Amino acid sequence: MKRVLNKVFEALLPLLAVPVAFLIGAIMLLALGANPLEAYGAMIAGAFGDVSGLTQTLVKATPLLLVGLGVCIAFRGGVINIGGEGQIIVGALAATAVAVGFKEWPGLVLLPLCLLAGVLAGAMWGGVPGILKAKLGVNEILSTVMMNAIAVQLSNYLLRGPMIDPKEIEAGTRIAQSALLPRSVWLARLVPQTLLHSGAIIAVVLAVVVFIFLWRTTIGYRIRAVGLNRDAAKYAGIKVPFYQALSLILGGAFAGLAGAIEVMGVQHRMMENLASGYGFSGIVAALFGSLHPLGSIPASVLFGGLLVGADKMQRAVQVPSALIDTLLGLVVLLVVGSQVISRRRARRRETRG
Amino acid sequence: MKSKFSRIVVLIVLVAMLVAGCAPKATEVPSTVFKVAIVMPSSITDMAFSQSMFEGLKKVQAEMGGESAMEIAYSENMFKVPDASAAIRDYASKGYNLVIAHGSQYGTSLQQIAPDFPKTAFAWGTSLDTFQAEGITNVFAYQAEAQEGGYVLGTVAALMSKSGVIGETGPVDAGDAKLYIEGFQKGVLAAKPDAQVSVTYTGSFSDVSLMATAAETHIAAGADMLTGSSQSVVGAIGVAKDKGAFWFGTQWDQTSLAPTAVIASQVYDWTGIIKDMIASVKAGVMGGKGYTLTFKNGGLVIAYNPAITIPAEVKAAADAAIAAINDGTVVP
Amino acid sequence: MAELFTLPVLVGILYSGIRLATPYLFAAVGETFAQRSGVLNLGVEGIMLMGAFSGFYVGMKTGSPLLGLLAAAVVGILMGLLMSFISVTMQAEQGISGIGLHLFGLGLSSLLFKTTMGGVESIEGFKAVRIPLLADIPYVGESLFNHNVLVYAAFLLVPLSAWVLNKTTLGLKIRAVGQNPQAADTLGVNVARVRYFCVCLGGMLAGIAGASLSIALINLFQENMTNGMGFIAVALVYFGGWRPFGVMGGALLFSFVNAFQLWIQVKGINIPSDFAIMMPYVLTILALAFATKRAQGPAALSKPYERGEN
Repeated sequence: MKRVLNKVFEALLPLLAVPVAFLIGAIMLLALGANPLEAYGAMIAGAFGDVSGLTQTLVKATPLLLVGLGVCIAFRGGVINIGGEGQIIVGALAATAVAVGFKEWPGLVLLPLCLLAGVLAGAMWGGVPGILKAKLGVNEILSTVMMNAIAVQLSNYLLRGPMIDPKEIEAGTRIAQSALLPRSVWLARLVPQTLLHSGAIIAVVLAVVVFIFLWRTTIGYRIRAVGLNRDAAKYAGIKVPFYQALSLILGGAFAGLAGAIEVMGVQHRMMENLASGYGFSGIVAALFGSLHPLGSIPASVLFGGLLVGADKMQRAVQVPSALIDTLLGLVVLLVVGSQVISRRRARRRETRG
Repeated sequence: MKSKFSRIVVLIVLVAMLVAGCAPKATEVPSTVFKVAIVMPSSITDMAFSQSMFEGLKKVQAEMGGESAMEIAYSENMFKVPDASAAIRDYASKGYNLVIAHGSQYGTSLQQIAPDFPKTAFAWGTSLDTFQAEGITNVFAYQAEAQEGGYVLGTVAALMSKSGVIGETGPVDAGDAKLYIEGFQKGVLAAKPDAQVSVTYTGSFSDVSLMATAAETHIAAGADMLTGSSQSVVGAIGVAKDKGAFWFGTQWDQTSLAPTAVIASQVYDWTGIIKDMIASVKAGVMGGKGYTLTFKNGGLVIAYNPAITIPAEVKAAADAAIAAINDGTVVP
Repeated sequence: MAELFTLPVLVGILYSGIRLATPYLFAAVGETFAQRSGVLNLGVEGIMLMGAFSGFYVGMKTGSPLLGLLAAAVVGILMGLLMSFISVTMQAEQGISGIGLHLFGLGLSSLLFKTTMGGVESIEGFKAVRIPLLADIPYVGESLFNHNVLVYAAFLLVPLSAWVLNKTTLGLKIRAVGQNPQAADTLGVNVARVRYFCVCLGGMLAGIAGASLSIALINLFQENMTNGMGFIAVALVYFGGWRPFGVMGGALLFSFVNAFQLWIQVKGINIPSDFAIMMPYVLTILALAFATKRAQGPAALSKPYERGEN
């Protein structure tokens, strides 16, 4: 019990850096002529204070958690997946294409099919860097950055050409967006009048699945072994390139699912900028959760709340929205910067016995 | 020692959060102030679409008598639709009289939000769909007929071009940019059928550098008249200036960026629409109207750069083009 | 298709490609130093934006692009210091702290722009310097030798960096620290100091990369004007196999293909513009995939070093 408590405490310790970031933020707010107390009050109340804020936070947390789970797997396998943005886009595109293409099919069949399409497309988009790394030794940072840009252009092409909403051509406005998805694939709303959808439940369930996968299955064990020490894993007879490719593919699959769920649960159509930011914020959320699938759950909620609250704060005190990025950047820097303290504490405890 | 310290810190944080949570809320004073909120995808300084609307609001505010008559709140850089929809909902629930969703991508969200706030008027652009078919009565819609100004500027460009080669560069081949670029092309070819028009896209609304290279490429291909759409053209304007080519702007008056190179800009003047919407709301009509910016209603204005002399016959041709558009003989 | 392989087109690609490559070169060569010493700095984009803003603002206020450049370099070093403090002293996970640094730079540069300027303005940046004789070489002279001084500097930086990395004691220390910090430490090399130096140098060059946009190539500042260049620059380091000349090869390939795809569009060749825009990204991946020789990265890349850790 004490061990668990200690672990939880160490996981939370870095979050103490958040107030420091906010203190710096308060100085900036003062410089901008805003009242920091009012601003932060609006932030906290906006993210967690009422049903509307709380649901917005959870809506944000859902893609963050899904992307974060993929990031957890990739990091545990010793690869860095910064291709989340692109994988979200292709996942969303695939889900949209299936939903719009077979819109007369019953929802019971179509809905899982759309989710599956998102997963497969994401897995494919993650698979390209994965296979390139395994077979040809192409670094995954290079290929995932490039794949992000390619996905954006692919989406541009599809959304203004083959997949554009026929109504846009009819009206002559030609906005690059897909047709509305059939209602049968809209994810159920958990709270009426809000955007909170059942994707949140899928994400939490998957977090548990990923935990079991990584810590209770042979494949998961091998992925972690590769991530912990590549050479030792190789020596133990584990096919390192295969498991690295696999972790990139799985990472892509989760991001692809996040894209599909975002389309089916929130936007109900594919449009530009659907992914913007989630690919990167998902990495941050996963790190806040110490790269542990279960830790990612509260971390995504917290980070989602931060994003939602910061937006509300910007509106409440009317400061430039750029302050939010600055603040988030500071939070990330200070949180990762202070993790060493809990790491040292843990080590000290272990050596003491 | 260390854990004691951290516990104290935790305590302080908790207290701070409580204090912050209890901070006095700004008290709502019931007044006659007309409250407008705008949510936009780009920034209020983008020299393009978002700036044109924001400055329009400020102009109307000044005409109405300043902040005591009209209050403006804005959320910029809302390129993520869920964030924008949260902002729209937020403003509506705070009692804003008119909430403007200044991005065509916000439509689906607005359709879901508007019915929840029957006492708030919403406006959505660029589009002409006020969702009346869906039984919604509190949404205005607006759109700029970008192709009209494109046609007129294209006419000017064709007549002023010495090389007969004209370059256009846009972000993505869709929406407002597509309308403008196709209109411009039509204008060029109508004025000078043997002119050569090439079009490039950079695939991004913010890639200033690639937009500049696109302008370089057009000039290297012989173009002496250039135009482009989106906030990323600012880089291209600089290239035009350095290389002695001329530029035509759209959405916002871009003359200030290169007074020696910008011949004219199509400026979106939203003030007429804003005023009409405010008057409607005050009269109890919360939506259902679709507005367009056209030359006819004064929403589109060609702003010539006074520092560059334009031959009288060219200006006459431009005016003739406007007149032809207005009476329907030319459909750009 | 044949019209793409005419002299004016090739000359145009050469000219535009060299200009496009300039910011990538500064940023990617800087990142090469950081990575060679074992630090993965994903925050290049944020530093570039800070450099672009400070360079522009000081250049505008003083009327001197040179002072602007200096300011960008100083701000870049400061951002590098922040990154090295977090990742070297505090031993943070580097990929993540880089993303934090990016967000911080993205936000702060926009915030400063909003509060100090409030609108896009343009300035006279560094002027093109035509190198006599060389610029008179038929066909290619104008494309190669009629650029502003930062373009030349970017290309001179490549052999200089290669020399520093491969032929000097400093370079030896950097490589040792990135390859095997324990061993370097036992030999008396101050691992932290070398890493601080490299990350700050990388920061300075990233700051200059940003300034090369705002005061030399485009001559204005706009929010988020780098639009992902910093991430491409990091990718180019991997492309170049952590060697300055390799990085230059990657930057040029990427930029030439980018200039080329614009020509495809200008010439009205009938492929969707989106596919043309994809080309540089696709080709960069393919080029690396089919390169025959593949470099091994610094063994200690992205691993924080702590003394006494076995």
